[in-house]
Amino acid sequence: MALLEIKNLHASIDGKEILKGLDLTVPAGEVHAIMGPNGSGKSTLSYVLSGKPDYEVTEGTALLDGQDILQMAAEERAAAGLFLAFQYPIEIPGVATMTFLRTAVNAQRKARGEAELSTPEFLRVVKLKAGHLGITQEMLRRGVNVGFSGGEKKRNEILQMALLEPKVAILDETDSGLDIDALKVVSEGVNALRSKDRAMVVITHYQRLLDHIVPDVVHVMHQGRIVRTGGKELALELEASGYAGYGQDAA
Amino acid sequence: MMNIATPQIRTAAEQGLAAAVDQRLVDVPMEGRVGELRRAAAAAFAAHGLPHRRVEEWKYTDLRAILRDAPPVAGPLDAASEAEGNFKALSLPDAKRILFVNGVLARSASDLLTLEAGLTAMPLGSALASNHAVAERLGALAPQRYDAPLALNTAFLGEGLVVHVAAGAKIAAPLHVAHVFTGDEPAASYGRLVVVVEDGAEVTLVESFQGRDGVAYQTNTALELFVGDTAHVDYVRMQEEGDAALHLGTVMLEIGRDAQFHSFGLTTGAHASRISLYGKFAGTGSHAGLRGATLLTKRQHADITLLLDHAVAHCESRELFKTVLADESRGVFQGKIVVRPDAQKTDGRMMSRALLLGEACEMDNKPELEIFADDVQCGHGATAGELDEDLLFYLKARGIPQKEAEALLVQAFVGEAIEFVENDALRDLLIARAEAWLKKRA
Repeated sequence: MALLEIKNLHASIDGKEILKGLDLTVPAGEVHAIMGPNGSGKSTLSYVLSGKPDYEVTEGTALLDGQDILQMAAEERAAAGLFLAFQYPIEIPGVATMTFLRTAVNAQRKARGEAELSTPEFLRVVKLKAGHLGITQEMLRRGVNVGFSGGEKKRNEILQMALLEPKVAILDETDSGLDIDALKVVSEGVNALRSKDRAMVVITHYQRLLDHIVPDVVHVMHQGRIVRTGGKELALELEASGYAGYGQDAA
Repeated sequence: MMNIATPQIRTAAEQGLAAAVDQRLVDVPMEGRVGELRRAAAAAFAAHGLPHRRVEEWKYTDLRAILRDAPPVAGPLDAASEAEGNFKALSLPDAKRILFVNGVLARSASDLLTLEAGLTAMPLGSALASNHAVAERLGALAPQRYDAPLALNTAFLGEGLVVHVAAGAKIAAPLHVAHVFTGDEPAASYGRLVVVVEDGAEVTLVESFQGRDGVAYQTNTALELFVGDTAHVDYVRMQEEGDAALHLGTVMLEIGRDAQFHSFGLTTGAHASRISLYGKFAGTGSHAGLRGATLLTKRQHADITLLLDHAVAHCESRELFKTVLADESRGVFQGKIVVRPDAQKTDGRMMSRALLLGEACEMDNKPELEIFADDVQCGHGATAGELDEDLLFYLKARGIPQKEAEALLVQAFVGEAIEFVENDALRDLLIARAEAWLKKRA
């Protein structure tokens, strides 16, 4: 069953069309990679799906587990099971990471009609999952992402994903700004969350990340559309030949 | 400043206040130096009246337009009001409390006689009558310029408190001076606090202001605070007056050598309020941190005006004021740092930040530096803006609804100023008050 089903998606920002009829179907249990040259619309896709206000969808549909998410507010999409791991996780001074995590988890539970987690129960779960990702108690006390290194910010994104347990996770350039050790930790965190009940979309410019998070399917995005789909060997081919065949001015 | 007073038309409120001042001088007579001070203040008010927007320091707070009525001075305290005040005034755990109800000291409900060794507090009247050394310093910190609320406070002098902290005394429990207004009818109160913290002493002073919603009462309060050499003083001020009140506060401060002074002001109450803070470094090597958070809704107006005088060298000052404005509220911050020719190596940083939540709210920022020394580090900044859309999106993308996301960010915004409050219980209380404000709004 497809957890994410996008058909003929058109979206623009400031009147400029970026997504031009994108189709993508990701079944439960699979990890799909989206690769493509800069400016092909990869990050736009992640923002449009997660409900960033600046983007306007002009045509098409996007279903999350059968539910149309394009009419929902960002917070409703999250509660419905969508998660975006940001390319550039933002710093929120003054909001302690722990407070932020608890507020997010409980807001989603409330939206789904579930009981809020008790504080001891929540602390126990966070401690366990943060430990796996090498996130210390001291980091959890700090403002969200404040003073975190690039790698720590990405690990914090994965911690949020682990706590929120989404149906569909989109990882936008999760490898950017990571050295090889940080990349390994983050990838292990992501791999631990692979599940038969979850779909993942890994957006990346480079093949490197896909050595660690091995995808089931690789898509090539170009000028706002998926133009090629193949197995994981497609990533290796792109690594060898580059995106030369998909030049930005090839239109 | 003291130009020859040109005859001008006085508003009804000004005439009413001038008449009430004259009556007060008769009803509560005082001799000697303080009597002179009061008569001089009365004369100054008669000459200058209430400030309006053409008076530079009151440009954004037209007091003559705001103060339209001169309600009577709140009368003697009855038992019912005292009981109600005792119940309604802010209560702090582990603090010693002195209670003023409708501007009058509620002696039997105050911890005057159970204070820690080294700390004394007594009614202003008795201190003046006995020529207490602290009372002798009343008026010593008054600014050079005419200040109408302070002139009125001095002219109406009668109620108040003097506090003395003995040299070297480390006072553990905060001293909390609670002001509460319980009346059904508009009335005015004029309270004066004179606090002397001797060399090497440590104390936390809290003032809270509360009152009944819907009653147009007026609170005019003045604090003179002397921080001795190497002393350490924290001052927390919570202005949570009723929603129709006018609150005028004057804080006068002198800091000795190698001393530490930290203040925090929370402003959420009153229909209109103005705090004027006059601070002076009188000894070298001292540090002052002046901070505050103002949260306003509806048509509330709150003005914080600072004048900090670096009169001597090697002092450091930090000012951080956060203002959150909803609806049609208006915030004013005027901060002026003066660095005198001798005040070399001064290090001063002043910042005012406002968050505009309402479509029709307004923030007026006026930071100023006047530097006469050549080897100093001073800076100021002021910002006013809406909540960051990217921050909001990040929170919403995690499933946090708009209102809750806004509340988290506002809380964080004011939290950056509150976190400087050293006393854990007070800091937690201030955070809780800011949270309560947000809940009430949502």
